[in-house]
Amino acid sequence: MSEKIKMQLTCPMPKFDFDIITLGHGSGGLLTHRLLESGVFNILKNDFLNQQHDGASFQLSGNLAFSTDSYVVSPLFFPGGNIGDLAINGTVNDLAMCGAEAKYLSLGFIIEEGFMMDEFWRILVSIKNAADAANIKIVTGDTKVVERGKGDKLFINTSGIGIVHHSANIHHKNIKAGDVIVVSGNVASHGIAIMSLRKGLEFDTSIESDTTNLNNTVLSLIEQFGNNIKFLRDPTRGGVASVLNEIAELTQLGFSLDQKSIPISDQVEGACEMLGLDPLYVANEGLFIAVIAKEIATDFLLFLQKDINGADAAIIGEVTTENTGKVILKSRIGGRRFVNYLTGEQLPRIC
Amino acid sequence: MKYITEYRNPALVDELIKQIHLINTKPWTLMEICGGQTHSLVKNGILEMLPKTITMVHGPGCPVCVTSVSVIDEAVFLSEQPNTILCSFGDMLRVPGSKKSLLEAKAQGADIRILYSPLEAVQLAKQNPDKQIVFFAVGFETTAPANALSVIHASHLQLNNYSILASHVLVPPAMEAILSDSDNKIDAFLAAGHVCTIMGMEEYYPVAEKYKCPIVITGFEPVDLLQGILMAVTQLENGECKVENQYTRYVQREGNQIAMKTIYDVFEISDRTWRGIGNIPQSGYEVNEKYKNFNARLKFNIQIPLAEENKDCISGDIMKGLKKPKQCPNFGNNCKPEHPLGAPMVSSEGACSAYYHYANSVIS
Repeated sequence: MSEKIKMQLTCPMPKFDFDIITLGHGSGGLLTHRLLESGVFNILKNDFLNQQHDGASFQLSGNLAFSTDSYVVSPLFFPGGNIGDLAINGTVNDLAMCGAEAKYLSLGFIIEEGFMMDEFWRILVSIKNAADAANIKIVTGDTKVVERGKGDKLFINTSGIGIVHHSANIHHKNIKAGDVIVVSGNVASHGIAIMSLRKGLEFDTSIESDTTNLNNTVLSLIEQFGNNIKFLRDPTRGGVASVLNEIAELTQLGFSLDQKSIPISDQVEGACEMLGLDPLYVANEGLFIAVIAKEIATDFLLFLQKDINGADAAIIGEVTTENTGKVILKSRIGGRRFVNYLTGEQLPRIC
Repeated sequence: MKYITEYRNPALVDELIKQIHLINTKPWTLMEICGGQTHSLVKNGILEMLPKTITMVHGPGCPVCVTSVSVIDEAVFLSEQPNTILCSFGDMLRVPGSKKSLLEAKAQGADIRILYSPLEAVQLAKQNPDKQIVFFAVGFETTAPANALSVIHASHLQLNNYSILASHVLVPPAMEAILSDSDNKIDAFLAAGHVCTIMGMEEYYPVAEKYKCPIVITGFEPVDLLQGILMAVTQLENGECKVENQYTRYVQREGNQIAMKTIYDVFEISDRTWRGIGNIPQSGYEVNEKYKNFNARLKFNIQIPLAEENKDCISGDIMKGLKKPKQCPNFGNNCKPEHPLGAPMVSSEGACSAYYHYANSVIS
């Protein structure tokens, strides 16, 4: 998604007392106050956060969706993003998969003592940019500091509340044989972008993570196609294969994929080939899988392909009554095989 | 992907399948040596395209699968030494030892790093002079040159904190062990393209001659495999037993001389215990006298008692091609990738893992 909106907010870092985060910054005392005042509240300010209360109170009407996720990505900074925008986009997208427009998020930091203040600031700036891009507000939060060696630089938790679109009816029970499986773009970019930086695996590439918010994309699809969109899921950890296995198991229907149709960029495919990874198991961040009624398949695809997050969208398969509870892939050369759950981590091959 | 998609061309695949059907008149059993070939056959659905009279059995060519329990125990022992970093290829981490796997040792605090190249381990040794860096040097002849090179580099750099735990295995002795087994039913081999890229073809002529068995050196993509199968079946139908080279884009008869020279500079041929098969004489590489200071077994004075294989695992029969994964009573129930009884269920190239991931029940 090369045209992904990237707001370039370049806030200069305010003056902090320390270059690194210390245990004192999590003590609840003066240092915590200063860190929040000059850092978090300063950049994320809004009417709710400015009250600096224990929680936020607000009114929302309609069916609500609620989701939470923790972010422990390593390295914290990677091509195409960092843990900050990932933490916002991830929870916004989880709500979007429920057919909901994210409204308010909480933001919890667990920081390892010694974490560099300028890195923390860069992450806060990304959080601000991602929150603005997704049109959500961070209304409450928490900051804890743990001793050195008891964390891995920074962990983030975000929870979010959103309002479910009145036309949305996203449930696996709606899926029927004959439905069509759509993926919104190229698979495996995020996982490979991260992998390219992992210690011992560094390789030169211009592959970027696909992290982005999907709420506008998904809500405009729901507005247009209503309950003909049966099911949505973002294939993050475990990739496309894991999500489809979960749905196959839940619905006890067969999910049949055509390898030829699965979109993947040349670079990512090449990297997977070299590393011995199956792209179907590699993580994605700005991608979703939709199971939709066959009647709308062509229109849905055309509509999605015009969206900034859907240019490479494709129909990758269909739901069948054969091989119930299983995912089957028709290979490029016409053979067929099962696609199972991932076991553990995808480990690099040795020869 | 240039130079890959050409070898996955559906029209070429169709043509080769047709030719195999046309030429085949009798039942034949072929063994593909390398686990990479096994995975490609299963992953691409090639097995169901072949005539029913052709049986493919899956050979011992997965270094992870054949590494014995005792060697895993040695690696675990090394990883638990103070001030020591054990570096390994990723696949080895989940292989069960007699007490634990490297992954479990890592979870319990051992410093174990997954690397892609042994030269990265040498780099690590340079950066951490106060730590001992051990590289778990597993693999067939394919990975031996790079592992040997790491020792040569470390020697040039005068690093006294680098060593390797050599667990190399060699293909031709394993082929002979299979062919001389009284239960053998292999009619022809698809030899491993990558191994022969390093070692060339010479070693295979005496094997083909002695056992009257066609050997076709074969690549890993669908077109490679089908062409290799076609060449082997053609020989069998004609009553021939030649060594042929399908993988001509990489394999030369004399092999890669520079790589072989590197191997022979650092390693000597030794006996090796293969998981599930037992001891095969002269079937492995060990660090030689010249570089003995880089031999982790000597450096750490490892004395691990020989461990027994899990009796419920039939990996020996699988790797000799006597049984298919699905003929194992534990396949898919007591033995799964998340709880493997033996290495063939662990490695991405293991036959059991290939069957479990891609073909664990009959596709309707």
